[in-house]
Amino acid sequence: MMMETKKIKLPHGIPDYNLTEIEREIPTNEPPAWPVNNELKVVGKRINRTGALAQVTGTATFTADVLLSGMLYGKMLRAEFPHAKITSIDPSAAENYPGVFAVHIFDNMIEGANPKDTEQHDYPEVKYAGQPILGVAAISDEVAEEALQLVKVGYEYKDFVVDLDEARKEGSPVVFTTDVDQEASDGGEEIEEGLKSQGNVRGPSEGSFYGGPRGDLEKGFTEADIIIERTYRTQVQTHVPMETHGVVVDYNKGDVTVYASTQSTKGVRNDFADHFGLQKSKVRVIADFTGGGFGAKHGLGNFGVMAGHLSKKSGRPVKLMLDRKEEHISAGNRPNSIQYMKLGAIRDGTLSALSLVSYGTAGVGLGAGVGHIAQAMYECPNFKMQQYDVFTNAGPGAAFRAPGNVQGAFALEQIIDELAVKLNMDQLRLRDVIDKSTIRKVERQRGAKLFNWSKPEKAGSDEGVIKKGVGVAQAHWPRFINLDSTVEIRVMRDGAVEVRSAVQDIGTGTKTILAQVVAEELGLNVEDITVLIGDTLFPIGPSSGGSIVTGSITPPARNAAYEIKLKLLDIAAGRLETETENIITKDGFFIMKDNPDKKLHFKDVLSRMRTEQITATASRSDDYGGFLNGTWLGYGELGSVQFAEVTVDTETGFIKVDRVVAAHSCGRPLNMAQIESQVNGGIIQGVAYALYENRVMDKETGHQMNANIDFYKMPYSFEIPEIEIEMIEDYGARTSTDATGIGEPANIATAAAIANAVYNAIGIRIYDLPITPARVLAALNKVKKNNDE
Amino acid sequence: MNKFSFFEATSVEEALEQVNSTVSATIQPNASPGASVLKAGGIDLLDLMKEGLSKPEKLVSINNIPQLKEITFDEKKGLSLGAGITLAEISANARIKADYFALHQAASKAATPQIRNMATLGGNLAQRTRCWYFRSKYHECYRKGSSTCFAQIGENEYHAILVNADCASVHASSLATAIMAFDAAIEITGKEGKVKIVSMNEFFVSPDVDRKRETILEAGEIITAVILPKVKENMKSHYIKMGERESNDWPLAEVAVVVELNGEKCKKANIVLGAVAPVPLVSESAIEAIKGQTINEQTARAASIAAMTNATPLSQNAYKVPIFETIIKRALLALL
Repeated sequence: MMMETKKIKLPHGIPDYNLTEIEREIPTNEPPAWPVNNELKVVGKRINRTGALAQVTGTATFTADVLLSGMLYGKMLRAEFPHAKITSIDPSAAENYPGVFAVHIFDNMIEGANPKDTEQHDYPEVKYAGQPILGVAAISDEVAEEALQLVKVGYEYKDFVVDLDEARKEGSPVVFTTDVDQEASDGGEEIEEGLKSQGNVRGPSEGSFYGGPRGDLEKGFTEADIIIERTYRTQVQTHVPMETHGVVVDYNKGDVTVYASTQSTKGVRNDFADHFGLQKSKVRVIADFTGGGFGAKHGLGNFGVMAGHLSKKSGRPVKLMLDRKEEHISAGNRPNSIQYMKLGAIRDGTLSALSLVSYGTAGVGLGAGVGHIAQAMYECPNFKMQQYDVFTNAGPGAAFRAPGNVQGAFALEQIIDELAVKLNMDQLRLRDVIDKSTIRKVERQRGAKLFNWSKPEKAGSDEGVIKKGVGVAQAHWPRFINLDSTVEIRVMRDGAVEVRSAVQDIGTGTKTILAQVVAEELGLNVEDITVLIGDTLFPIGPSSGGSIVTGSITPPARNAAYEIKLKLLDIAAGRLETETENIITKDGFFIMKDNPDKKLHFKDVLSRMRTEQITATASRSDDYGGFLNGTWLGYGELGSVQFAEVTVDTETGFIKVDRVVAAHSCGRPLNMAQIESQVNGGIIQGVAYALYENRVMDKETGHQMNANIDFYKMPYSFEIPEIEIEMIEDYGARTSTDATGIGEPANIATAAAIANAVYNAIGIRIYDLPITPARVLAALNKVKKNNDE
Repeated sequence: MNKFSFFEATSVEEALEQVNSTVSATIQPNASPGASVLKAGGIDLLDLMKEGLSKPEKLVSINNIPQLKEITFDEKKGLSLGAGITLAEISANARIKADYFALHQAASKAATPQIRNMATLGGNLAQRTRCWYFRSKYHECYRKGSSTCFAQIGENEYHAILVNADCASVHASSLATAIMAFDAAIEITGKEGKVKIVSMNEFFVSPDVDRKRETILEAGEIITAVILPKVKENMKSHYIKMGERESNDWPLAEVAVVVELNGEKCKKANIVLGAVAPVPLVSESAIEAIKGQTINEQTARAASIAAMTNATPLSQNAYKVPIFETIIKRALLALL
């Protein structure tokens, strides 16, 4: 069936740079183009977040706050050894413990990689310290914990390995003895199917959705005037959202309700229905407020499976929230990496060859690649990458805010910086030569102005003990789309306007932007709109991963509102005795264009509806002008450029990030306050990745030593730099809202910018993360080697 | 965490009637059941209980004992601080800030504002080490009676660089570093009101003397006060803590210096290092180097290097040596 189309003109380009109009052919039922933001009333403005008061006063209901009648508390017994076969489990004492209502033993693990193993086991093999074995549901957390201590488990211990370098060696203990695969989550970690393993090393993966190798590396390096070859290392970063992973499951004889702290209500629903053999309509998932999610909260998880079984067995609702230690150990992490990078360039800066070989460990999982940034960001005719996963006896990795690309940017943006220094070229000038992205060009210009950037002084030239330095780094992030994004809008005679979708708000402000888009379309205020989301009773929305939500869910929200508006215009036209084309909606009124004194209040029009309510449902339509790939990768990109200024104490190695200027784009910005929140958060997480966060595994015993927030170091107030944001409107004319997300791009460039600034301060480059005082002092040659080394 | 009963003591006597053990004794693998222990702010104890390392059956709260909240000044004896005063109270006390500046600094920089509101002086001195092997229930370390110090070949970036042969933990109390530099004494009250006064050196127990404890406190004893000797006119003090973060963090290195000056000349000095060894350490070699010298960049540097001459860093913590050298020097120069 051919869709009926019409041609409209939409804003295209960057205001004060190359803004123009472009004609696109769009479906006839879609609304006319919005003008640029400064001509809109609600969209693009600083709007306070919906639910902010509830959140700051503690009345918002997070999963951890859910209390149901007769609810039990679930807890899991976790393996104390990193690698073992379980020979026996005797849970009888726990089963008989007063206050215990159910005990369930895992028969498989749903997190991490799946071995293609046909051998039957009584119990899943323990592959990391902290892997869950069984769970109990009891009248309180404390009783559950006491019961767990009574469970007897027999182990047959095996050799283990937790260190990336050790695991790569021949003769290292092997984590998986057969080939493995793993389905990627909606968090966007890149996993190539069907690759073979040798020992613990799986791969290489040589491509991404941007294609495979290009040109001829050898030729490219032969042509090069300058060749730089470096090894970069990044650490494991664990997920530390404010609210840990967790669920409350009310199984209720197969009519299941799951309250979940999740980035994907549909993901939890689908996993639950699959696992328990239920129809999807029998499983309702609710995420009213979610206390943060950075990529690891897309599925049901082992803990969710356990809560399901415990609720099914006990016939009561069961709450199972992970504690902070469990969160560190088992709930996902950004894999570490070792990246061997070689860059060839011509004297004018043009890149002639780039090769990247990487190894990383996602523990017992896959997805330890370093992304596509080296492949995608710069023009380089000769390119090859080989990315390997390495298995270790540690908790599974997970998607983590721009998976792969944060690691990848640390290497790429340092080697580009090094090239600029070698060429004696301004870092921004070099990027003007090698970077064809228009948005990043404008970001470089405007960011540089705000930062007051000029070509940096010679590295390390600052006098004295305390040295200042500046650095810059760029990021690339694709514009991902999920067409399975649906919104329903209901208006009622009493004036209520409801927006309904299963899409969740993980703290980014999705509720608010939905209200803004609908309010703008209907000529109302944000306060007039009730947003009911995070519930799979409503039409399914996208997962909160890949910075996909805003660009996927706001166009159908606007389109559904437009459909409602057309119906209301009919009513208003009848009442005002004019044509619908002669009416505009503004400030809560339907107003006659040629006689503005004649108007009807929005509520008056609604009260005239033939039925109590009218509804409109819209799903995400195709991008205007088509896609770059499939129906999930759009044209355009979410580029960014970040500038950092640091102070380094060369006697103590202490680094202070004084200032970060971030130039970003996300199509049409919908809410500046929330966008700034996202960018602030991305930068703070980037500072943490650059300087502080680091999972410490004990090689001898296989345990994480800092599974807390005492020695797993998060940044607090003193560690947060002054942040200034240059937000650039970048109209792509691709949808009815033309907006995209920004969560991930905000996090990619920060660590590299800081590393470049540290180099500029001290004149010595640090290739390993995090950049601790120990590393700075070692780089400055101030640490005497002790006798052991 | 295990179940426990809770007793709110209103006097030192009443508290001591209720206790039968020390927190350190409850951590040993062969700890006898039925332990009843003191709880002040509860910062350290609750962490130990949450990890399942300490399982006392009764907590005796000493948070509401008026005697422990007293601050008294005696021309002869000096300033007596009740063991129950909080770090926040120390930080806000004007006399401490004026006369015992290093202690003011140490209290102000310890932990978080929330913790400083709960943590007490006595609890801070009696707390156990934060060594992550000691704090892990999966590691039966030297301090818990075994012969293995996991840090010797393990993850030791935050560990001791002096006196670290048996146990490489570092003492956790920042206040102790400052208090020791003032030559303070500790007043301990035992059963039947028996009071003894010990020096800071006598109070802390090195692991080679007794691996199972960090202080001399026995069951039935309680720290009732810390007595800071009266300061002299020409006395000055300074404290520096260097952490990975400026906000709430454990020190990588810390130093407290107290000197008597004659102009810029150092008549007498006390230099104490924290986060360096299993106990807070008086650096005799640094004192020796600076005593009688005019304090300047050169002499301060010499003293700081002397302090680290005997350092025996482990595989990952040699970086602490230059940090100590820097902060000792800077603390001395800050006195000028």
